[in-house]
Amino acid sequence: MSHWYILSLVGKDSPGIVAHVTQALYDGGCNLGEASMIRMGDSFTIMMMVRHEGTIKSLQTLLSTVADSMGLHIHIDKMDGDLHHHVEPDVQITVYGADRPGIVAHVTGALAEAGLNIVNLESDVGGTEAKPIYIMHIDGVAGEGIAALESALQIVIKEGVEAKLSLIETMIG
Amino acid sequence: MTKLEILTYPDERLKQLSEEVTDFDAELHQFLADLEETMRGGPGGVGIAAPQVGRFQRIALVDVSSKPKIEHHGYLVLINPEIVEYNGFVKGREGCMSVPDYTGNVMRAETITLEYQDAHGQKHSIQCSGFEARAIQHEMDHLDGLLFLDRLVSRRNDLFRRKVYQPPE
Repeated sequence: MSHWYILSLVGKDSPGIVAHVTQALYDGGCNLGEASMIRMGDSFTIMMMVRHEGTIKSLQTLLSTVADSMGLHIHIDKMDGDLHHHVEPDVQITVYGADRPGIVAHVTGALAEAGLNIVNLESDVGGTEAKPIYIMHIDGVAGEGIAALESALQIVIKEGVEAKLSLIETMIG
Repeated sequence: MTKLEILTYPDERLKQLSEEVTDFDAELHQFLADLEETMRGGPGGVGIAAPQVGRFQRIALVDVSSKPKIEHHGYLVLINPEIVEYNGFVKGREGCMSVPDYTGNVMRAETITLEYQDAHGQKHSIQCSGFEARAIQHEMDHLDGLLFLDRLVSRRNDLFRRKVYQPPE
């Protein structure tokens, strides 16, 4: 019986992490699903759905050689979810401003209260060490309508960040 | 009218080039009725191209009138369509009946000038913008064997990297 697992891997970035990890999974008979892989700071991070015929322990064993040789930490969770059930976001929110503590907590707190379910959030810090800027990009589902989100954003804008909301009108053709 | 079967990728036929329509006859009209029924029965239902149902002729239907508050031309039967002018570029999210359970961001011209023939071979020229222009460009890609998958832009970083985008020729 095969199951879907969420596999998380983190380690110091070096060329070939994705290739070696996915080769080990392929050699072990696994299938890959949805994934997010990105460099953060000097680390490389992987989160991906892996279908594996076996237990968390046997999946860990499959990856132990590559994890040891490349210095990767592994974490595995069993999941109930499956492929082919994407949730379609209907709103996109972009926030940016001079970086300071609390931007994410304030913005997402206001949005959550206004009914937003975040599907995808990507954020980064740009600018310089002296003048860092924080940039956040959110795709989500407006559970309580757009007007509620607009008012929530007006509040965070008053607190001094730029925030813009736009509708995602997916064209299915 | 019959609802036709939609080809789904990776069916190789979706990558095929479609031929010009030369006969505007009863058989074509029957096909257009079936194609319209298929479009309206699909998810979204705002556009369809003949190759999506395995007929490799330059035919596309678009009707975005169900969307609130947008400019549109109602139900468009586009035969041998050609875009003669593109203006502006804008990112938007697209999906496709031939690519279930996946949507992605695609750059399209904001406004287009379109020349086409109607179901009777009569020539027309119209200007379209926004959502309607996006639907038309998406459907016309099918006539050249292109899917929106061929035009995906990264979800990440588009805030600062729009400038590097090269519009299609």
